[in-house]
Amino acid sequence: MTSVSVRDLSLNFGAVTVLDKLNLDIDHGEFLVLLGSSGCGKSTLLNCIAGLLDVSDGQIFIKDRNVTWEEPKDRGIGMVFQSYALYPQMTVERNLSFGLQVAKIPQPEIDKRVKRAAAILQIEALLKRKPSELSGGQRQRVAIGRALVRDVDVFLFDEPLSNLDAKLRSELRVEIKRLHQSLKNTMIYVTHDQIEALTLADRIAVMKSGVIQQLADPMTIYNAPENLFVAGFIGSPSMNFFRGDVEAKDGRSFVRVDGVAFDVTAYPARTKLQPGQKVVLGLRPEHVRVDEASEGHEMHQAVVDIEEPMGADNLLWLRLAGQSMSVRIAGQRRYPPGSTVRLSFDMAVASIFDAVSENRL
Amino acid sequence: MDNMFASNNTLTAYEKETRRIEAGPSGRKPRRRLSRRNIIVYGTLIVVALYYLLPLYVMIVTSLKGMPEIRVGNIFAPPLEITFEPWVKAWAEACTGLNCDGLSRGFWNSVRITVPSVIISIAVASVNGYALANWRFKGAELFFTILVVGAFIPYQVMIYPIVIVLREMGVYGTLTGLVIVHTIFGMPILTLLFRNYFAGLPEELFKAARVDGAGFWTIYFKIMLPMSLPIFVVAMILQVTGIWNDFLFGVVFTRPEYYPMTVQLNNIVNSVQGVKEYNVNMAATILTGAVPLVVYFVSGRLFVRGIAAGAVKG
Amino acid sequence: MTALTRGSVRPNQWLRNLNAKIASIPMILTAVVIFLGGTIWTVVYSFTNSKLLPRLSFVGLDQYERLWAAPRWIISIQNLAVYGFFSLVFSLVIGFVLAALMDQKIRFENTFRTIMLYPFALSFIVTGLVWQWLLNPQFGIQSIVRSLGWTSFSFDPLYDADIVIYGILIAALWQGTGLVMCLMLAGLRGIDEDIWKAARVDGIPMWKTYVLIIIPMMRGVFITTLVIIASGIVKVYDLVVAQTSGGPGIASEVPAKYVYDYMFQAQNLGQGFAASTMMLITVAIIIVPWAYLEFGGGRKRG
Repeated sequence: MTSVSVRDLSLNFGAVTVLDKLNLDIDHGEFLVLLGSSGCGKSTLLNCIAGLLDVSDGQIFIKDRNVTWEEPKDRGIGMVFQSYALYPQMTVERNLSFGLQVAKIPQPEIDKRVKRAAAILQIEALLKRKPSELSGGQRQRVAIGRALVRDVDVFLFDEPLSNLDAKLRSELRVEIKRLHQSLKNTMIYVTHDQIEALTLADRIAVMKSGVIQQLADPMTIYNAPENLFVAGFIGSPSMNFFRGDVEAKDGRSFVRVDGVAFDVTAYPARTKLQPGQKVVLGLRPEHVRVDEASEGHEMHQAVVDIEEPMGADNLLWLRLAGQSMSVRIAGQRRYPPGSTVRLSFDMAVASIFDAVSENRL
Repeated sequence: MDNMFASNNTLTAYEKETRRIEAGPSGRKPRRRLSRRNIIVYGTLIVVALYYLLPLYVMIVTSLKGMPEIRVGNIFAPPLEITFEPWVKAWAEACTGLNCDGLSRGFWNSVRITVPSVIISIAVASVNGYALANWRFKGAELFFTILVVGAFIPYQVMIYPIVIVLREMGVYGTLTGLVIVHTIFGMPILTLLFRNYFAGLPEELFKAARVDGAGFWTIYFKIMLPMSLPIFVVAMILQVTGIWNDFLFGVVFTRPEYYPMTVQLNNIVNSVQGVKEYNVNMAATILTGAVPLVVYFVSGRLFVRGIAAGAVKG
Repeated sequence: MTALTRGSVRPNQWLRNLNAKIASIPMILTAVVIFLGGTIWTVVYSFTNSKLLPRLSFVGLDQYERLWAAPRWIISIQNLAVYGFFSLVFSLVIGFVLAALMDQKIRFENTFRTIMLYPFALSFIVTGLVWQWLLNPQFGIQSIVRSLGWTSFSFDPLYDADIVIYGILIAALWQGTGLVMCLMLAGLRGIDEDIWKAARVDGIPMWKTYVLIIIPMMRGVFITTLVIIASGIVKVYDLVVAQTSGGPGIASEVPAKYVYDYMFQAQNLGQGFAASTMMLITVAIIIVPWAYLEFGGGRKRG
């Protein structure tokens, strides 16, 4: 059963197309993250689902009910905003209950719901305070509470953690995950932060210029990006890309880049790589082995340019095949600049894209 | 999660899967152009706009009619016979007391008042605002507070002492005296405007210039001035309209031969002698309002910014 | 924060930051001599019996007693109160409603704003004269309505002592509401758009959102606007001079005009000083509580 279904959704502002024939089905209880850089249409899509923006074309279903023309309040959604959007002159309690009172829900029921939400979010002690007397994290809890009391099936989050500092962000991230596990609501979560996306999501929809580039679970997105954009967008530091040509020799396949031949025989290609084909080979920094003798893998020599020790990890910037690449190794292994290292690659987890279509091969 | 692996090829699948639209609401929510909301919003705004435009329209129409037509007709009716005679008369022949050389004298007086007043008041206030924003010294904030609070004191309270000061300086009744008065009363708002603007510029810029060895005036002329053209334009709009429209100071601090346009206009229209020539009066009124109106229509958004700046608090 | 000391020898305290001090001389002179000194001077001389020239012969509160016994002053004060009350109420209400309408993502917003604000660019003299003409009973609105068949229609505020102040009010609102609208619109635009979205998701009707959420959030804008309008009201002078010259009779006199007439025409300086001191007190009553709320008394606003 789908909880939210977006069908052929288009949105234009005048001549500008923001969303183009977009389709998306979200299962009941699923945590879906819309991920992309600013201007990719992710917030626009969320606002369309919420009913805050009128769509130009297509339909939206929530719980199998066509809500395309419904007002936001009638769609069975709750929404949490980046700027919290709490009503500043009202106490926390009134912030939570105001919408319910306007909807003429009986007072005992309102009290019950506010109490429950406050208990879940641990904000009971703050109920009499005004938003200005709360910290950022507390405010965002109240904002979540306001969605919670609406007793709805679908929660929409519009970059809820972006206004918080790094420490609070990771705390609240865990809390949102816990909330999802206990409530089992459908949640749609917009963010530009890939860590949030990877940690929270059941599935991630990576968006670019109004089009979903890939919709998959986090591990698939990370390990098997569908195209060059997704590959480059996810992961920090980003994937190393090598542009080259496919060569076949002695039953083995190679990608030749500026004199260096990468043996890609082990790569699980969907379609056979054609000799002469122009491709982009993508290697994540942690999928490169440094100075580890391993059978069957050829070794490439490279010189360390810069070393960035980060505690748990150590990031090496090397030069290979005429370009700079990053390699992630364990923190205690140190290589001063200038040292020579021997690299081997795990092609089973590499990615190869067609250089023209930029799609995964 | 059963879709974990199935989703690998979602993109292509989704691209092809088009006709998923079911019966029922689809696409843009139908909205009648003439919804009740639109009728209320635009209806009100149009009525209000007409109310605002009406006086301007009546002014123009009246000024283009001959007196006989005005006597029999309707002030809203467009002129049957357009005549520019009232304009000529207002500009060159209308009488105030014994002088019958029209508004032109007042116009040139206003120009001679406005130009130096605007230049001097802005020069003084911009340097002052710069000193307050970047070269704070002990006591500066106190004087500045007095200045800003002073902006709220009714002019009537300070007029007579200023008369005495100007008389002592020997410039009471002259254009110089009036320029000084405009500079004084323009100072609170302009200083505030410039102080806030300069304080909003990145402080690093100022510090970097200091480190490079630049002094007070070098930084002002070489760094601050080139960066603050917009605020100078805002200040100019504010001052040109404000000084041009002034009446009280013109009446108090100048002799009749130096009366600015507003004072002369009032004397022409409200003079008790002679037959009232409404068409000439309206032509004179438009002529007096023309300068600030031109400034307003040309400057557009900057004018709004100017008055908004006038409304900000320190 | 003052200038960094140059070299190792600490230069003379007074010479530090000398240029900034020189640049501030006009401000210091204005603030101290004109604003502070002038105000004190006027207040002091309001206790003297100065006539043609200021003289320091004190007569206690005589001038004030005479002032409050003068029918013309009483009328001026009444006019100011009526004019002040209605222009505050109307310009705030109309200004806010217009701003709210302008905030409905309308087309031609710039055109509407240009039209509503242009009177503000005009001189009060121009405004006064135009409305004098429009309200002229012989040719203006009254005669138009009568010529349409309603022959008993009467609307000649400028010639009716009982309602003349409302005639001035109409002109003042025409000139000033555009400004209030602009200030309010800027305030509305400053409100986080997410608040509107949250209210829509909560299902709060638009008017309720305005009344219960948006207006309380705009408290600061309202107060600032109020102070701006109020200090303008006390100063009202040109408009009355142009529109009615205080007439008919003394029916539309206002305090500012009283001051001018006594200082420069009736040659009774003491009365002028006393009246202007009363104006100062009126402004102080408006400004002091505002300044206290805004700048003193702690920052406990939400």
